[in-house]
Amino acid sequence: MKNAVIIGAGMASGRVLEHLIEADPEAFNFTLFNSEPRGNYNRIMLSPVLSGEKSYAEIVTHDDGWYGQNKVTCRFGEAVTSIDREAKVVRGANGDVPYDKLIIATGSAPFIIPVPGHDLPGVIAYRDLDDTNAMIDAADAPGKPAVVIGGGLLGLEAAAGLALRGMSVTVIHLNGHLMERQLDPAAGYLLQKDLENRGIKVHCNGATKAILGTDRVEGVELDDGTVYDASLVVMAVGIRPEATVAKNAGLEVNRGILVNAQMETSDPDILAVGECVEFDGQLFGLVAPLYDQAKVLAKILLEEEGSFVPKELSTKLKVTGCDLFSAGDFAEGEGREDIVFRDPARGVYRRLVIEDDQLVGAVMYGDTADSNWFFGLIRDKTEIADMRDTLIFGPAFQGGAPSDPLSAVAALPREAEICGCNGICKGQIEDAIAAGATDLTAIKATTKASASCGTCTGLVEQVLAVTLGDDFVIPAAQSICACTDMTHEDVRRMIKSQELKSMEAVWQECGWKTSCGCHVCRPALNYYLLADWPLEYTDDAQSRFINERKHANIQKDGTFSVVPRMWGGITTPDELRAIADAAEKFAVPTVKVTGGQRIDLLGVKGEDLPAIWKDLNDAGMVSGHAYSKGLRTVKTCVGTDHCRFGTQDSTGLGIKLEKTLWGSWTPHKLKLAVSGCPRNCAEATCKDIGVICVDSGYQISIGGAAGMDVRETELLCQVATEAETIDVIKAVTQSYRENAKYLDRIYKWVGKVGMDWVKEQIEDLDNRAALVERFEISQSVYRKDPWAEHVTKAETYQPIADLTLEAAE
Amino acid sequence: MSTWIDIAALDSVPKRGARLIKTALGCVAVFRTGTDEVFALDNACPHKNGPLAEGIVHDKAVTCPLHNWVISLETGMVQGEDTGQVATYPARVVDGRITLDAAFLKQREVA
Ligand code: SRM
Ligand SMILES: Cc1cc2nc3c(=O)[nH]c(=O)nc-3n(C[C@H](O)[C@H](O)[C@H](O)COP(=O)(O)OP(=O)(O)OC[C@H]3O[C@@H](n4cnc5c(N)ncnc54)[C@H](O)[C@@H]3O)c2cc1C
Ligand code: SF4
Ligand code: FES
Repeated sequence: MKNAVIIGAGMASGRVLEHLIEADPEAFNFTLFNSEPRGNYNRIMLSPVLSGEKSYAEIVTHDDGWYGQNKVTCRFGEAVTSIDREAKVVRGANGDVPYDKLIIATGSAPFIIPVPGHDLPGVIAYRDLDDTNAMIDAADAPGKPAVVIGGGLLGLEAAAGLALRGMSVTVIHLNGHLMERQLDPAAGYLLQKDLENRGIKVHCNGATKAILGTDRVEGVELDDGTVYDASLVVMAVGIRPEATVAKNAGLEVNRGILVNAQMETSDPDILAVGECVEFDGQLFGLVAPLYDQAKVLAKILLEEEGSFVPKELSTKLKVTGCDLFSAGDFAEGEGREDIVFRDPARGVYRRLVIEDDQLVGAVMYGDTADSNWFFGLIRDKTEIADMRDTLIFGPAFQGGAPSDPLSAVAALPREAEICGCNGICKGQIEDAIAAGATDLTAIKATTKASASCGTCTGLVEQVLAVTLGDDFVIPAAQSICACTDMTHEDVRRMIKSQELKSMEAVWQECGWKTSCGCHVCRPALNYYLLADWPLEYTDDAQSRFINERKHANIQKDGTFSVVPRMWGGITTPDELRAIADAAEKFAVPTVKVTGGQRIDLLGVKGEDLPAIWKDLNDAGMVSGHAYSKGLRTVKTCVGTDHCRFGTQDSTGLGIKLEKTLWGSWTPHKLKLAVSGCPRNCAEATCKDIGVICVDSGYQISIGGAAGMDVRETELLCQVATEAETIDVIKAVTQSYRENAKYLDRIYKWVGKVGMDWVKEQIEDLDNRAALVERFEISQSVYRKDPWAEHVTKAETYQPIADLTLEAAE
Repeated sequence: MSTWIDIAALDSVPKRGARLIKTALGCVAVFRTGTDEVFALDNACPHKNGPLAEGIVHDKAVTCPLHNWVISLETGMVQGEDTGQVATYPARVVDGRITLDAAFLKQREVA
């Protein structure tokens, strides 16, 4: 009999032993080393042990009896320290063991981020039974705070387990969405929502800066300054192959121990298996491929033929209630097409990736019943051309189930608010329908829903259609774009009433038909989200038109224009000098006075933008937002300062208004003007909001324009003081921001909701104050100079690589 | 036969965004999609030379910032009613780095 020594009693070597003993029990004498003080158990079931759904005894694979019966000498709790390849001896703490064949199956070691405090007691990894028991011990009293660093498979299983044990858990994740290696952002959103529903807090885009505490862990601090309390910190940020023993023995090691398809290392008498190996550039972190490796390794030791071929892998998360599945390659490669299906009513998302008439990847959330069928198509490289149209519905629907444009509204709970003006919920509308109101007029009359500003009309009609079925035909309404069946108004109401706070949330809950929108809907959604959730939503630069992404107007030759703000049209010799200097320094071809009372530098190269902004910033000037769907200018006349007819300080008020409103984003551009008397030199009556000063106060009028449509403003109200003027203007701006459709100027919005409705909003003093307050909350984020911010990331305006020299070679 | 030139880290291009590479014969735009695929195309729209790198990226297409033509990142073909094609160059991500086929420079010299 030959001596086989095995280092590591884990899931891979356990399988090797089973295959060898089954094939020929007399072939080898085995010695099995393991650092853990126990034999092989089903490591992947540690999560149910953590959550309390299983006990350790239930997950043991081989017990003492099994090892005894099969003549395996166990050296548990003893790590192998070195290998003497000359003498063919393995060295353990309790003595040497000679081998004919050596099998290295040391698995992998968890990666610990070396931040300050990482070695405090209470900071643990998630790898073995001891870690699991340490977590169970930490959860000894309800409500204790735990932080899990890492929102991948392991981290989330740990988080769910700890939450089930009563801890109050926060997950910190570096990426923008959970499990980014297995899921796309849409599925990551649904997963996050499910976890949040069970009380787990998720903090994405969070980089850990330090672990706090003196004798024991007390908290975690992030780069953005956030601090979370923690009596336990679980680091689950990744693993790396445990190859120390192999490396010290001089075996070839790259990221893992290098093996060939026969699982042989660079020394033919030493084989390796499991997570510690690297094969053909690949590492392994799931059991399926390890079991294939174990089969091959057993064959080779028995001198049979065998060869390891990596297969497609699939992932599931072992957290009850979070149904997700991903398989194949849904990320990289050319020539691919997506099929997306969303059913907001059931929280279902499916995305298939197709290449050359074959399914190459799949991501599913919510309903994974068909996952094996899809996985089979991927693995077997089945031709899917014939079933392509209905593929996404799974094997049962090969006849075709069209997606239902009403499902998003059908999915809303009874408490979902449909009419914001009158606070009417879906349930009240359903009750009204049950009581006999079967058309829009009857609903308006009985519930008041859609009877005020009217922007929720589309949703009310959809509730009618969902409730009445074929008895109600929805009048055709224009959807935002081909990505959705919903109108702008429907989506705005959904964002508010369902508290949708991310793009992914909107795409899912409103049933978007594409994976990530298009150039029409994305800028609109980005605006709606930042207007409704200024503190929670992070502006997405990639969903903005180039002018707003780069804070400059693009020109027909690809250069840009730069317009610094001149508050209320007032400038100084110093500012003019700085503008002149900048124009010379950056060889600006055209310097022009605009129709908005300021100076435009036209024809600046994209790469030069941060530098010219820096110069203008240094002279005290900021962006004029001449490119934005936001506040442009407040035009003024000279007013009482100099003019013989002036009644109030129109210039001063204009400057105050501009300083209050600047930086705010609005559905379309917003232009203001203040004239000092009814002669109206500032052309205030053709602006979005105009103020005409009179002896008794200020006349505020809205809805003017002088572009493709020329419109005169309509009086909103007259007030006595400057302070009240500013409040009214903030309030009406905020109402416009909250209610208008993207790309509607104020006159179009007023045309839809009616001037009377707008007047009511402003006349009601409580409502006015609430609007002003919400405007100020938003401005606490957006009232700042984007140029100064972009100067700090000037490198993003430069090319990422310069190959001009390489080409010359 | 193809050798790949290392360009930059994948993260230096924003998701659903683009950055430029300078070459002796004008700029090439490198795009990154929402699912981390990368594509390289000439930075000039077939319509009126609009700088495609400044467009909005959605799925595997980019909308030109000047007049909203939509261009496939995979084939360089103009989508919809309009017609035209932009040159594309093989690009891929290896270990978190963007790489371009060296032959692409040659191709550009011929073009
Ligand atoms: C620079 C300027 C012309 C000038 O040299 O004076 C100008 C230039 C442009 N205007 Fe204007 N408008 C300028 C004052 C005006 C005015 C006059 C005013 O504001 O008093 C109007 C009419 C008033 C109005 O807005 O109602 C005006 C009505 C428009 C319109 C039509 C809007 C409409 O709703 O009908 C557009 C198109 C649009 O926004 O969709 C437009 C769009 C544009 C754009 C942004 C076109 C574009 O999308 O690229 C031009 C950018 C040029 C550039 O690269 O800088 N511009 N534009 C003026 C800049 C003012 C400023 O300091 O910010
Ligand atoms: C909590 C958790 C959940 C998981 N869930 C899943 C899942 O759902 N699906 C899935 O496919 N995979 C899952 N995995 C991954 C799976 O458990 C691993 O892929 C698998 O256990 C690796 O097997 P292995 O034999 O290579 O290593 P291991 O099972 O880690 O065994 C290696 C053993 O070697 C020992 N060792 C290391 N160095 C030495 C030394 N020098 N001397 C002696 N002994 C040594 C170690 O102590 C360890 O016991 C999960 C893992 C964890 C931790
Ligand atoms: S608005 Fe009246 S006061 Fe002011 S400049 Fe014109 S005419 Fe003079
Ligand atoms: S230049 Fe691209 S659409 Fe006109």
